[in-house]
Amino acid sequence: MANSVMFTLTLVSMLLVVVIGVGLYLKASPLMENSNLSDLLWSSNWQPMQGNFGFLPFLMSTLWVTAIAIMIAVPISLLCAIFLTEYSKTRFRKYVFPALDILGGLPSIIYGIWGILLVVPWISTVLGPAFGVSSTGYSMLAGGIVLGIMILPLLVSLFIEIFTSVPCELREAAVSLGATKWQTTKAVVLRKTLPGIVAAIILALSRAFGETIAVLMVCGSQARVPHSVFDNSSPLPALIAAHYGEMASIPLYDAALMFAALILFVVVLLSTSRQG
Amino acid sequence: MRFKFIEEKIFRSLMIAATLLVFAFVISIIYTIIMRGWNALSWDLVSRMGTSGLYTSKGGGGFLSAIVGSLYIVGASTCLGLLISIPVVFYLNVYLKKRSKMAYIARIAYDVLFGIPSIVYGAFGLTIMVYLGLKGSLGSGIIVVTLLIIPIFIRSMDEVARQFPRDILDATYALGATRFETIGVVLRQISPGIATATLLSVGRAIGDAASVMLTAGYTDNIPSRLSQPVSSLPMLIFNLYNQPAKEAQDRGYAAALVLTLIVLALSLAGRFITNRFSKNKLQ
Repeated sequence: MANSVMFTLTLVSMLLVVVIGVGLYLKASPLMENSNLSDLLWSSNWQPMQGNFGFLPFLMSTLWVTAIAIMIAVPISLLCAIFLTEYSKTRFRKYVFPALDILGGLPSIIYGIWGILLVVPWISTVLGPAFGVSSTGYSMLAGGIVLGIMILPLLVSLFIEIFTSVPCELREAAVSLGATKWQTTKAVVLRKTLPGIVAAIILALSRAFGETIAVLMVCGSQARVPHSVFDNSSPLPALIAAHYGEMASIPLYDAALMFAALILFVVVLLSTSRQG
Repeated sequence: MRFKFIEEKIFRSLMIAATLLVFAFVISIIYTIIMRGWNALSWDLVSRMGTSGLYTSKGGGGFLSAIVGSLYIVGASTCLGLLISIPVVFYLNVYLKKRSKMAYIARIAYDVLFGIPSIVYGAFGLTIMVYLGLKGSLGSGIIVVTLLIIPIFIRSMDEVARQFPRDILDATYALGATRFETIGVVLRQISPGIATATLLSVGRAIGDAASVMLTAGYTDNIPSRLSQPVSSLPMLIFNLYNQPAKEAQDRGYAAALVLTLIVLALSLAGRFITNRFSKNKLQ
């Protein structure tokens, strides 16, 4: 009895992946019957009232925001992880780990509030004028900065895990040949762990891809293809969160929002299955 | 000085800068939230119901309904999540063989589920609700959050359970225990894992807004039935922040401070419990 109950629970929870995928696909299928897939993905014409659903603006701004986040988070987390594993004393980690824990535990709405209070005004009053752009501050850059900080703890912990798996003998061999610590790190540790680093970055990418509330708060909500990082533009998750309330009132709108969710699902599915 | 030593110096200082930057981010976020939230926060605000619509007036915009709503959602979904994920972890690690195909596929499935963003869970929940003709309610919010935290539970407990020494199982079998009866031994051994998994899930569940936003509706009252809508702290912050009036936004910052304090307390409790629980663990 106990056996079959546990078997059922395991099977059902495993099949949740399939159920979610099929459910989203079925709900999005009216939209895909209505217009072909390449039109949906590569058209920038977003007019739900006229039945035009081009996802390019949202896709592009999602890509921009994620790219900015990765560009900010990867160097910082890589340097921090190297410092913690290769350079610092173990005692020092006792102070850094709680800080990373806090950073990783804060809800995304708190990051959103922080972004609005600090990052958005900074972009509109300092960074925008410095580049000669007038910006409200609600921009993809703000979203990228906030997201970058959100994925920092994940990246640092993944990198630390990867770096500690490198056998000490390899480092000793490099040091005995007269290499400095940084040369050892560069030529031995980083080279040895490069595939792992790439995998960790892909995982963080998929995490940044689906983050909703914080980007909804700081990125703005315009449906146009962004031209610069100071542009106000809405990424995919923010699109769903901002418009789910209207989805019953416009034909095919619900299918369009489910299509957005389906895109997020497929991206996560692809990036996770690469790990295994 | 030779180039390699200059390089060493440069990168060393870059690393220290990066590590300090992490501290700077933590301090900046907490400082900003406390500074903006502290003045608006009062016990009166925390213990008051959020009278409908009047976010700016004296009697309105209290946090009580949102705090209780969050407790309902988090409490119920954590219990449900534990009830479902403990048998799954037990089955994966005791019933299935080490090289079982099913366990392999299951672990990949949980990895995928773990990575699915909460907005997708919310959208999925919404389609089911539309299909069944349900409105946003406490019940559907609890179910969606449960789905969201089950992979967190399973993954982090499974990580601990996989380290579990097989010899202990053999010892219990030798004493005449059935496979099911070993659950007592296994549970005691993975209890630190269960504790950290619970705290992780509670932290995720209490701060998650995207899924709850789509499935739980919004109200200013405390729900008394599963079919009634419910508010939660993140949704309260989001709604208060979107009000045009400054008083409402200030209350939003105060609510953000409350949520931050709760999350910090959970994080502290997590450190304490992991230290405590690992005492009776056999190595």
